[in-house]
Amino acid sequence: MTAVDDRPAGAAPEIGRDRRRKEDQRLITGRTKWTDNIVLPGMLHLAMVRSPVAHATISNIDVEEAKAASGVVAVITGADIKDTQGAIANAWPLSAEQKTPGHLPMAVDRVACTGEIVACVVARSAAEARDAAELVDVDYDELPAVFDAREAMKDTVLVHPDLGTNKSDFWKLDSAEAGTGGNVDEAIATARESGIVIEREYRNQRLIPAFMEPRSTVVDPTGEQITIWTATQIPHILRFLIAATTGISEAKIRVIAPDVGGGFGGKLQTTPEEFITLAAARRLGKPCKYTETRSETMVSCHHGRDQWQKLTLAATKDGAVTGLKVELLADLGAYAAILGGGVPVLGAWMFNAIYKFPAYQFNCQTVYTNKTWVDAYRGAGRPEATFGIERIMDELAAEVGVDPLEIREKNWITHEEFPFTSVAGMTYDSGNYEAATARAKELFGYDGLRREQQERRDRKDPVQLGIGVSTFTEMCGLAPSRILGALNYGAGGWEHAAIRMLATGKVEVVTGASAHGQGHETAWSQIVADRLGVAFEDVEVLHGDTLVAPRGLDTYGSRSLVLGGEALVRAADKVIEKAKPIAAHLLEANADDLEFMAGRFGVKGTDKGLTLGEIAMATWTSHVFPEDIEPIIDSEATFDANTFSFPHGTHLCAMEVDTETGASTMRAYVAVDDIGTVINPLIVAGQEHGGIVQGVAQALWEEAVFDENGTLVTGSFVDYTLPTAADTISYVTDHTTTPSTTNTLGTKGVGEAGTIASTPAVVNAIVDALRPMGVNDIVMPCTPERVWSAIQTAGSDTAGSTTDNAQPHFESGAANQDDPGSSAEGADR
Amino acid sequence: MIPASFDYVAPTSVAEALTALAEAGDDAKVLAGGQSLLPILRMRLNAPEKVVDLGRIEELRGVREDGDHLVIGAMTTYADALASAAVSEHAAVLHAALKEVADPQIRHRGTVGGALVHADPAGDVGAPALALGTEFVITGSGGERTVAASDFFQDLFETAVAEGELLTAIRIPKHTGWGGHYEKFVRVAHQWSIVAVAATVRVDGGTIAEAAIGLTNMGSTPLRATAVEAALVGASASDEAIREACAAAAEGTDPPSDLNGSADYRRALAPVLTRRAVLAAAGG
Ligand SMILES: Cc1cc2nc3c(=O)[nH]c(=O)nc-3n(C[C@H](O)[C@H](O)[C@H](O)COP(=O)(O)OP(=O)(O)OC[C@H]3O[C@@H](n4cnc5c(N)ncnc54)[C@H](O)[C@@H]3O)c2cc1C
Repeated sequence: MTAVDDRPAGAAPEIGRDRRRKEDQRLITGRTKWTDNIVLPGMLHLAMVRSPVAHATISNIDVEEAKAASGVVAVITGADIKDTQGAIANAWPLSAEQKTPGHLPMAVDRVACTGEIVACVVARSAAEARDAAELVDVDYDELPAVFDAREAMKDTVLVHPDLGTNKSDFWKLDSAEAGTGGNVDEAIATARESGIVIEREYRNQRLIPAFMEPRSTVVDPTGEQITIWTATQIPHILRFLIAATTGISEAKIRVIAPDVGGGFGGKLQTTPEEFITLAAARRLGKPCKYTETRSETMVSCHHGRDQWQKLTLAATKDGAVTGLKVELLADLGAYAAILGGGVPVLGAWMFNAIYKFPAYQFNCQTVYTNKTWVDAYRGAGRPEATFGIERIMDELAAEVGVDPLEIREKNWITHEEFPFTSVAGMTYDSGNYEAATARAKELFGYDGLRREQQERRDRKDPVQLGIGVSTFTEMCGLAPSRILGALNYGAGGWEHAAIRMLATGKVEVVTGASAHGQGHETAWSQIVADRLGVAFEDVEVLHGDTLVAPRGLDTYGSRSLVLGGEALVRAADKVIEKAKPIAAHLLEANADDLEFMAGRFGVKGTDKGLTLGEIAMATWTSHVFPEDIEPIIDSEATFDANTFSFPHGTHLCAMEVDTETGASTMRAYVAVDDIGTVINPLIVAGQEHGGIVQGVAQALWEEAVFDENGTLVTGSFVDYTLPTAADTISYVTDHTTTPSTTNTLGTKGVGEAGTIASTPAVVNAIVDALRPMGVNDIVMPCTPERVWSAIQTAGSDTAGSTTDNAQPHFESGAANQDDPGSSAEGADR
Repeated sequence: MIPASFDYVAPTSVAEALTALAEAGDDAKVLAGGQSLLPILRMRLNAPEKVVDLGRIEELRGVREDGDHLVIGAMTTYADALASAAVSEHAAVLHAALKEVADPQIRHRGTVGGALVHADPAGDVGAPALALGTEFVITGSGGERTVAASDFFQDLFETAVAEGELLTAIRIPKHTGWGGHYEKFVRVAHQWSIVAVAATVRVDGGTIAEAAIGLTNMGSTPLRATAVEAALVGASASDEAIREACAAAAEGTDPPSDLNGSADYRRALAPVLTRRAVLAAAGG
């Protein structure tokens, strides 16, 4: 039974309606509470002093000149707050053996990456704080540093000398050991004899989650509770971790995430800046504010991806995959961040994707380097895996000599086979890959584009056409608490909702999800409007404040709707359940004779009835109430899922590649996603378009580059080439729908789907355009220079031959490698 | 980020501006559209004591015709220059280049003079100005002098404008009847040129009678592709002839290597982009 079925006859359903977002007017005009807009009486301002070197012991900090500067109230160093500042926690150790360096918000005697905070200035104005920060004189004794994960694996230079190694942990899933499939090494050995083995190394480059609102924190220590406003995705988790690491009672801490301008995972962190602002405010007894500059964001917000993948795919001669072995090297940067190694490990259940692989093995080694720490970035672990598998499936198609869609069809799970337990042990509830693919091909004009591609090849057009395929699935809705517990994750994965029925007929919905641009206020209103039969406009959604919404686990991992939405449905059903006996009493009817429709309890066969609003008013006055009924119809519900949710889809991309310059231009992009029931098509389209462009950006434009001193070269948007609308085309998005069977609404997540799917579609298209020239890979981002170099160096006669192409190619000088010198030199504009 | 504090003056005449500059000596900075200067101040790469804003000096704004020259005031914004019919008629290649500068917001703030004095080798107005044989009018306490384009650009971020001087206008010999095209190569739309080519040609009866080619970001200053120019004159305006003439576009250049491309890559781009620019200029 779904909410849609319960819909009152006649009333237009809210679910499925493309409502404009309620929250947009205030968000777009900025007439709202962004953290940096908050001004408190007597508030002081912080400026951070950050390390310009990647690895050093701090031998001295001279703060005298800064202290004497105009407007300065205090200069705080790590030594000052050593024991009171709390700690930046890693909530997901991969095992009890994980090597985890201590991570203090403000470094005390050693820094391990550039941008690490070594002191802060507190002044009456932000400008004075900034001026004085320049006067803090820090002596660094530089230590050797290592920036390349493969180099770090050798343990010759240590990121944290006291750990004795750079290796953080190793994590493995083997289908033979787990009993979910065969032995992968045997499958590979057999294929080497009589089938096909494809070995590839792929690079998932380092990215910067470029959320629109820089991070900002205001702490008010006056009064009995400390109030913290902060631009975060995770107010509840922050509150817990502040309490857990500073010793402040959790009950004395109120965290508010007011309107937050985007996160993409980048605000799924408890940050040094938050802890330092708290420490300063407590020390000085005054409200304190810290707002970062964009330059600070670039180097000090956690980065994403940064993974080296080695894949070995075994198949029969006709392209039936017999096994997949995955060896990952994941660069964590200088510290294990909140999810840390958990992010790449999420790939364990995703490399096998939509396919029926008989044998599978996933190995993940995490390693530290002296660079900004790495954590979740839109997709978190799944884009990396999807990239690897979708790239290598194209290589298999090329080897067998068939269309890439044909090789997928040969290996995918058919719709009759759901629910399906994968070789990695995950049970996919529902899906229909055939339907999504058929629809995508039709919208794309697949056959026509293939014909055009052939024509361009035949006439040696300098602009070649390539078609890229990505048939993806992902696991979202982080996450079932049971599974998280089994994985050593430090928290649960449930979500909470409460509904308060106000006397005036308005409805307050409290959610533990913490929206930061997703449109929860609108979607949640639509769900409640349908469920309770109240007007969309009468529903107010409250979130992001631990006092108002005390229970919740926040927003990330495409979890809000599949978990928070289900909690909401259950809370709404409880309201109806509680109201029913009251209605019966007021209507002097038998509860069994009542039916709830369109927000009204009616007595069957009569025109007598009461609306929920009337019952709410009667409950508030309680003038006519039976003695044994509590005068309240408010309710709450907590929902924990049994499993993840598995959206899927087929993305098709056509790229035009200018072989004279190496420039790639998108010609067409079609995404047909199956995300189950759609609550609001407009919001979904926004998530899809934004998600796709973020994935396209990884394929074409973005990369965080460090130089040989560990300085971030792409430290501003001049060099970190974030695309704008002018760089994109209009994507075609559509849906097929197989409702999820794991929640009442039938929804699956959509927040990350586009990003997960699009990256390999784009790279596959570029490689497809150039394959006849002998190109079988381009390292991301596929810059014009890399594409051009690949064309220059490719030998056109090795096309398709796996034995020649199967070699690992991360060595310098290999066909798709940059000249190591060239990427280190930054533009200094 | 917040710039270090500075004094601010906004004179209303060139004379007042020169006095303000003279008083402050080498601690002053001139502010035009601020699209290069403000990022520099905000990132604290420079901290002048005084900023002299030229924004209120009316005499520095606007495009006018002076016989066979076009005169563009230094404080004319990109957007105003772009909207000028005289610029598109008599300096088609400059018009074409202006369209490619940054985005509309920056084109409404940034000025032609500011861009030329800033002299970023990746900036988009230097190469067309050079190709058009522009004269630069520089005013200082000693009065006004005119500098040829070939002497104006001296090095990376360095021009003939000395401390205490202002660029007040540029004078462009009219190229009426010449076709012009600016071929800009970037990775993302709002980016500075990785390489760009400003080509302007006069075609007479299917033959290229005159040609001028400026290269952006192929050295520390804008450069003329003189070998290509020589090869084009007298060539037929055909695909094949132009391709041949443009092969030497990278000759004598010294392009940078950076995140957007190695010097070798830029050298490979130059002939391709030059060919495309000349073809488009000859067709229009
Ligand atoms: C996001 C962004 C993208 C951009 N993209 C591009 C691009 O694609 N292509 C491009 O060409 N440019 C680009 N720019 C730069 C832009 O064109 C600048 O506007 C231009 O370089 C400087 O012009 P301005 O009027 O803003 O000068 P200002 O920034 O005000 O001044 C620049 C320098 O010139 C000096 N100066 C200015 N006017 C005079 C004068 N009359 N006499 C003496 N000295 C003077 C100043 O003291 C300063 O040193 C971009 C800028 C930004 C912020």
